[in-house]
Amino acid sequence: MAYVAVKGGERAIDNAHAWMAEERRGDPSAPELGLDQIAGQLGRAVDRAMAEGSLYDRELAALAIKQAQGDLIEAAFLLRAYRTTLPRFGHAEPVDTARMQLRRRVSAIFKDLPGGQVLGPTYDYTHRLLDFSLAADNTPQPAAQAEAADERVPRASDILGHEALIEGDGPTGEEPGDLTREPLAFPAGRDLRLQALARGDEGFLLALGYSTQRGWGGTHPFVGEIRMGEVVVEMVPPELGFAIDIGDITVTECQMVNQFRGSKTVPPQFTRGYGLAFGHAERKAMGMALVDRAMRAEEFGEEATAPAQRVEFVLSHCDNIEATGFVEHLKLPHYVDFQSELEAVRRMRAAVAVEPVAEAAE
Amino acid sequence: MKGYNFGYLDEQTKRMIRRAILKAVAIPGHQIPFGSREMPLPYGWGTGGIQVTASVLGPDDTLKVIDQGADDTTNAVSIRRFFARTAGVRTTTHTEEASVIQTRHRIPERKLREDQILVYQVPQPEPLSRLEPSRAETKRLHALADYGLMQVKLYEDIARLGQVSISYDYPVMVNGRYLMSPSPIPAFDNPKMHGMPALQLFGAGREKRIYAIPPYTDVRSLDFDDHPFRATRAPHACGLCGATDSYLDEVVTDDRGGRLFVCSDTDYCASRRDTAQVAAQ
Amino acid sequence: MSQGTLLSARRVSLAFGTIHALREVELDLWPGEVLAIVGESGSGKTTLLNLVSGRLRPDAGAVWYRDPDGALHDVHAMPDPALRRLHRSDWGFVDQNPRENLRMGVTAGGNVGERLMAQGARHYGSIREAAIDWLEQVEIDPDRIDDFPRTFSGGMLQRLQIARTLVTHPRLVFMDEPTGGLDVSVQARLLDLIRTLVARLDIAVMLVTHDVAVARLLAHRIVVMQGGRVVETGLTDQVLDDPQHAYTQLLVSSVLHA
Repeated sequence: MAYVAVKGGERAIDNAHAWMAEERRGDPSAPELGLDQIAGQLGRAVDRAMAEGSLYDRELAALAIKQAQGDLIEAAFLLRAYRTTLPRFGHAEPVDTARMQLRRRVSAIFKDLPGGQVLGPTYDYTHRLLDFSLAADNTPQPAAQAEAADERVPRASDILGHEALIEGDGPTGEEPGDLTREPLAFPAGRDLRLQALARGDEGFLLALGYSTQRGWGGTHPFVGEIRMGEVVVEMVPPELGFAIDIGDITVTECQMVNQFRGSKTVPPQFTRGYGLAFGHAERKAMGMALVDRAMRAEEFGEEATAPAQRVEFVLSHCDNIEATGFVEHLKLPHYVDFQSELEAVRRMRAAVAVEPVAEAAE
Repeated sequence: MKGYNFGYLDEQTKRMIRRAILKAVAIPGHQIPFGSREMPLPYGWGTGGIQVTASVLGPDDTLKVIDQGADDTTNAVSIRRFFARTAGVRTTTHTEEASVIQTRHRIPERKLREDQILVYQVPQPEPLSRLEPSRAETKRLHALADYGLMQVKLYEDIARLGQVSISYDYPVMVNGRYLMSPSPIPAFDNPKMHGMPALQLFGAGREKRIYAIPPYTDVRSLDFDDHPFRATRAPHACGLCGATDSYLDEVVTDDRGGRLFVCSDTDYCASRRDTAQVAAQ
Repeated sequence: MSQGTLLSARRVSLAFGTIHALREVELDLWPGEVLAIVGESGSGKTTLLNLVSGRLRPDAGAVWYRDPDGALHDVHAMPDPALRRLHRSDWGFVDQNPRENLRMGVTAGGNVGERLMAQGARHYGSIREAAIDWLEQVEIDPDRIDDFPRTFSGGMLQRLQIARTLVTHPRLVFMDEPTGGLDVSVQARLLDLIRTLVARLDIAVMLVTHDVAVARLLAHRIVVMQGGRVVETGLTDQVLDDPQHAYTQLLVSSVLHA
């Protein structure tokens, strides 16, 4: 068969896209997924896509998930790309999680505390048994209701803080860096580290956090508090000069209480790890808090040898959009470079083939 | 694409990238960090090159996009379409007609001119990255022009294998000062960078670096005086156009070891065949 | 700084929190001389070595270095690039643990040639010749030039580190317990080698050791440290044969008992 230089890349791509669109739709006789269904009934997927996409918009996230056939990293990627096109017209005031409309609030360091242990809608105490009744439509029994607490619920870490048992929160009022505008450079300040973790891959942070618990850079963590609920987003428009409420978002916050630091002469205090994620995302917030504290090893004079403690390693590899792009780019043609390698190996093999003959001749 | 600015990026972003490009041109071979944006193509698939092209492209430009030297590989098609949709510029497959050429892993065979810009897609801008993974440390090494580590790697290759084993992304010294990764072009292409009349721009989106080689700049591949760099290619002629001076792709034609070698630069090969056809008439 | 000294520390102090690691330390090093700093662990001797070589900053006091042109430099006021260049050319540092300094993934030849290449050597043949020559000088079989350090014994690793350090003919070498962790016969051979090389190449050495016998064998002058302070200093034989300070007397007598 005569060789003809390959053409038709454009047509192949069009065909691939058309096929994928068919696969995405699936069986045409089955009802098509609605964005309201995804946003309403796959809320955790939406939360993850928003967190890693760095964009809070439940409907857009639902659309991205539909478009990506449920591949959440692909969905986060769609959101990130969309985010790039959005003009930035201002920034919000720091969100005050102390004023959160709590739906869930638990602390592992106190049996009870002001505001109580509010279990909220959690999988934590379920038995992981497949519920076959969910295979068919069903309407759940209405859950019990009660009046929501109105008072501002203090954080468990603030309770420790009153006795100066825990380190302070850090300096306030400084302009934080912006990872989405400037490239990350090392050494990276805590603001940039937390930003990177907030948009980092949940699985990666989970694994690193887990590794610290198993001995790779342990920090004796306790869950000081996890709280989840709605917070108000405020901004101060320059024309008005005062703060206005532009909406609510759901966030999950985790404060870890870690290994105390001190000596005979310096009063010991507990140290902190912090995690914050869009939506209901405890695994993410907890992993983030464990890794945050691990990365502060040098600050506390600890030897930074474990993977979770190596700031450059963690921050360079936690962005799954970057990671998947580079890993998957290996599928792109590399035959030009491979050809060079082929020729190099052939040349070296030829050189080796010559030598044994020379040795025999001696 | 409704609602998108010319070339997709907004003007502020383009300005930021152009500032980075100017710094890069002022310090040949030195990596300039820039605030890379997420693009609609994945990191690792040319976002750096795309951002550089988007920032230098104007409505009167003619764009050529190649991958592995070919205009019709899937990614080249994808990127060319992206610019056709977001910028509406003229596109071409002919090297001599293009004012901006975006490339992945090859330099066109045809000599480029002063009025052309070559934009390289770069996966890993740091030439020392395999020897020293810490960017904080490589930054220091560049600042001190401390490139002993790379020279040691070449020494090790010669000691163990009798020759330098690097066959692509072969490190070069630019303007006698900065060690640079030329991107994963085959070592065969390295000599083309030396004294090139066109402006060469390098974009790494995921790693967030831009660097440049201004026209007519000194670019030398690292070597030893007694083991000089050699640009090598497969020792064959192109099976389609007969060229003996171009980089060749190896095509497997049957399962009995049948092989055909053809020019990787599809435009170069096609124009040689067209010229031959005309001459034959 | 008096005429002709190569390196001088003046009233150098350093504290780590409440621990006073160095208190008002003064010393001088002359070209071509071997100066031993001895003391038990915790005396501050390694801290002092790290400080005068620029790895640590003093809280008070200064360290002065005289370059080959005779110009004086404050080691801690030097810009980072200049200090790094110094460490790669005029200065050398032999670590107690050779694995810290050597590249375990690079062949012996590559390790020895690296400083030459860092300085711009570009002839493979010459670099290789220099590497072979230095391997011979430190009594490593030159046939091992393409072997990896992980196949070397502890004593060989230390000798390789020395070759790697001396290949650029530094004027000043810092040594931190160069024979630490090696068994006695290996130590003796290594000390002999160091003494020969240092004398032949006219290198100044600042050497830290807890072992008084090492000081006696190698050093022209000795500095005795205790609790961060210099308690006695002078010609090695004089100090060790006729110690004045109580602590020096204790050190010397414990050697005799050993």
